[in-house]
Amino acid sequence: MADQDKDAAAWPDALYELLRARGVTQFAYVPDAGHKVLINRSLADPDAHSVALTTEEEGVALLAGADLGGGRGVLLMQSSGVGNCINMLSLTRGGRFPLLTLVSMRGEFGEGNPWQFPMGQATPKVLEAMGVIVLRADQPEEVIPTVSAALTMVFQSGEAVAVLLGQRLIGAKQF
Amino acid sequence: MAQLNKLSTSNLPAAVLDRRQAVPALIEHPEDFLMVGGLAGAAQELTAMTNDGPAVFGLGGAMGAAPMMGLGLALAQPGRRVLVATGDGELLMNLSALATIALMAPKNLAVICVDNGHYGETGNQDSHTGMGVRLDTVATGCGFPVVFTINTEDDLPEGRRLLREGGLCFILLRVKEGPALKVKRSLSPAVVRTRFRMALLGTE
Repeated sequence: MADQDKDAAAWPDALYELLRARGVTQFAYVPDAGHKVLINRSLADPDAHSVALTTEEEGVALLAGADLGGGRGVLLMQSSGVGNCINMLSLTRGGRFPLLTLVSMRGEFGEGNPWQFPMGQATPKVLEAMGVIVLRADQPEEVIPTVSAALTMVFQSGEAVAVLLGQRLIGAKQF
Repeated sequence: MAQLNKLSTSNLPAAVLDRRQAVPALIEHPEDFLMVGGLAGAAQELTAMTNDGPAVFGLGGAMGAAPMMGLGLALAQPGRRVLVATGDGELLMNLSALATIALMAPKNLAVICVDNGHYGETGNQDSHTGMGVRLDTVATGCGFPVVFTINTEDDLPEGRRLLREGGLCFILLRVKEGPALKVKRSLSPAVVRTRFRMALLGTE
């Protein structure tokens, strides 16, 4: 159990290092507890742009603009934010823009807030309906290989990929 | 019959400029910029001014994307001046992008809002700005360090200067309702993306 706790605490920092090593410089997010480490690391990183959004769809457009200029970014959001992106994903799909998004899941494993279920349960379907490939990590040891695969799919093959970080991984919020 | 409320803030002089002359007169040398055009009139005007040139990414959908695309582009290309030209309707759809942009404060980004007070593409309905919503005041409140409003031809020289030398700036170009410059343009965003990147980066 002690080892597991250690792993659980270690993956967010390793994830930040992976993203930076693969050339990601624009970190766009609506503040979220599940992405706390990535957000704080990007704020402390003089070579990265930490872009606080008011709504997630801003991030979809931001990353398309970054791509026009040869930059790489990632959109960090909660599953509820996926719904805010739907029409903006027309830009990603129509323009064949690469898109990497990491989605911290709510409304699933152990959720105690009923408001989170409609969007949480719809998240993979909505993303797939807009042409975004959905990958998923539920265990700490799955995070780095899954995001690494996603990075290749996005920045080498030009796809739009969402990695869902399951509530089992992040931990259900206590109410 | 129901009517929209005219706001008490709608105390500006009536718009007098024709966008077909005012937009090219303001931008003047489009080759100075990497450009994102919001749908629909602004994208058409940038396309017309550049003979459908590669340094314009013009939107035909994804309403509300233009200002944030400009931010991403400006952060990725700090050595180039980035210009977003969009309309009041497009800007209103994602107004909070102005707050996000001001927080990042890229010095190489200029945002023009071509404000005709109407939704020109959908039957010329009044927009919120036509009823008195003040986008220049909004930009100021969001924290844009430079905000300038163009009401007449006399304001254009200062607008031209700010576009190039004003750092992060918001320029409200008030125009009469009426058609934009039009030119045949590619509506395939994938084609336009590839063309833009090839010209700027030399790669797809």
